[in-house]
Amino acid sequence: MTDIEAPGSAGTQLPPGEREFTVRQRTQTQLVLRRFVRHRAAMVSLVVFVLILLWAFIGPHLWHYSYEKYTEDNSKPPSWKHPFGTNSSGYDAYAQVMRGTQTSLKIAIMIALGSTLVGAIWGAIAGFYRGIVDAVMMRIADLVLTLPLFAIALVISSRTGGSWYWIAIVIAGLTWAYVARVVRSSVLSLREKEFIEAARALGASDVRIIFRHLLPNALGPIIVNATILVATGILTETALSFLGFGVQPPDTSLGLLVSQAQTAVDTRPWLFYIPGAFIIAIALTINFIGDGLRDAFDPRQQRVRQ
Amino acid sequence: MLAYTVRRILVSIPVLIVSTFIVFLVVINSGDPVANFATSRQPAPSKAAVAAFARHIHANQPVMERYWNWITGVLHGDFGPSVQANLNIGHDLFTRFKVTITLVAAAMILALIMAVVFGVFSAIRQYSAADYTITFFGFLFLAMPVFWFAVLLKQAGIWFNEKTGSQFLGTIGEKSPYLEVDTTWNQFTDHVGHLILPTITLALVSFASWTRYTRASMLEVLNSDYVRLARAKGLRRGKVMTRHALRTALIPLATVTALDIAIILGGAVITETIFQWHGMGEMLVQAATTLDVYRTMAWLLLSAVVVIGFNLVADLLYAVLDPRIRYD
Repeated sequence: MTDIEAPGSAGTQLPPGEREFTVRQRTQTQLVLRRFVRHRAAMVSLVVFVLILLWAFIGPHLWHYSYEKYTEDNSKPPSWKHPFGTNSSGYDAYAQVMRGTQTSLKIAIMIALGSTLVGAIWGAIAGFYRGIVDAVMMRIADLVLTLPLFAIALVISSRTGGSWYWIAIVIAGLTWAYVARVVRSSVLSLREKEFIEAARALGASDVRIIFRHLLPNALGPIIVNATILVATGILTETALSFLGFGVQPPDTSLGLLVSQAQTAVDTRPWLFYIPGAFIIAIALTINFIGDGLRDAFDPRQQRVRQ
Repeated sequence: MLAYTVRRILVSIPVLIVSTFIVFLVVINSGDPVANFATSRQPAPSKAAVAAFARHIHANQPVMERYWNWITGVLHGDFGPSVQANLNIGHDLFTRFKVTITLVAAAMILALIMAVVFGVFSAIRQYSAADYTITFFGFLFLAMPVFWFAVLLKQAGIWFNEKTGSQFLGTIGEKSPYLEVDTTWNQFTDHVGHLILPTITLALVSFASWTRYTRASMLEVLNSDYVRLARAKGLRRGKVMTRHALRTALIPLATVTALDIAIILGGAVITETIFQWHGMGEMLVQAATTLDVYRTMAWLLLSAVVVIGFNLVADLLYAVLDPRIRYD
């Protein structure tokens, strides 16, 4: 993906007037990246999100308390020793919030990746073959869409135990149909384009056309949807864990931490507000990143910004 | 329109049958209430008791037969046996539905009013300070977990009651105990007092995204030719807004409201748990923890009917809102 230098920038012989109107050619990826970088809220959100991610995954290795070990301090407010305080059994809240953020993010990202992978392939196949294949596949997706996400996830995860990957699988198993719908609709229009006809004329197989031509060109809506799914995933998982159907102790998640602190809002407020603030921060930054990506991929839909 | 309605209802019957069958498979395969019965009781029940229990909850029947018996039973008003002795699921569902429907209806009305008011205002005053403020709070509430906000509101309610020395804002249950003997007026205020905080909680689940939709569709309509024409021929701004713009702009909102009803029912489960209501939320949580197949199915069937019903109402509303749409 090297830049193709337009004659104006390289050629010194051209008169200055002509140079004014020549533009460096950019690839699609560069255009998208440029538009994204200029979206201020999205860029700030990306930085914050990456910092939270690094903190949650690297932090536990550096911090001197563990989320599963008691400390000698009970119910201490935030201090230098315990930046987020401790709870009534003496757990260090900083270590717990770090672990909870890690678990919640892990589940949310798994949900986004899993349902995007399944949904994208499902939607691409349905849109590519059309006809009876499309009808059957999309009716199945529609059926999944009619299931109430939270209720079904609650019923299933009450029976599968609290391991984090099961929660991710259950939620992803109910959200992939959204992705399938989105991908199918963009594949339906892409498959009529000339470059698909060209690929077919060159003898490309169906599998090659789907994976090398259709899916990469539908990447915009796929990525935007994946970010939205991270936000949906974290809010669903924390709600399940809050009700006791998600992550089980001794492991912890942000939802479980809020649940354990709900009786202590007045007496030990740090235990309640901090995990909640982390959920909000993650969902908020993800939404802004998704917004920025949507604008970057599809400048026509852009809400006017200077 | 009547023919259309009847046709839509007929079409939704096979959808309902297939989707409940899938859900039935998922529910009966994801837990074993018989093993639960055999291991969790003290003293351990005899073999004969376990077998009788399995027979009682139909666990020994083949899947297809079991589903058939259940669905035909439902048509006769029999929702099947519960794992709890002496629990009539149909009666339970009906009592709890009355409790939950108040909350869901109140929350939806509040959320719709707020979404239309803030969405339209934000669209008319695009890029003003008010628009940015509304957008900011919209994003904030979109990212806020319901349960966290609900606990916070509950605390605020307790604080309010302490400060004013009243018991007006109920934070536990859908009504005060021993209320039946009181006057009608006191019963009414008590119900309202208990309804306020859960309604605000549940309304905020959908208010944020609905505001975004209203704003977007209102902006689109405001930039359309027919609104410009209406203004150009001298109609007053207010009249154009309400008669020409708002009606069309409400169509996407009707769709989203219908699609979001499942999310609201999920939100009601969380809200009811935190405010300790004895509604459908509690029923689902109990049914899930006790591995109660038919109680879970009753909940899911009712929610499926509600979702299908709402989508039908939304489709019929299009015709009311937009005269160009006609069903026959």
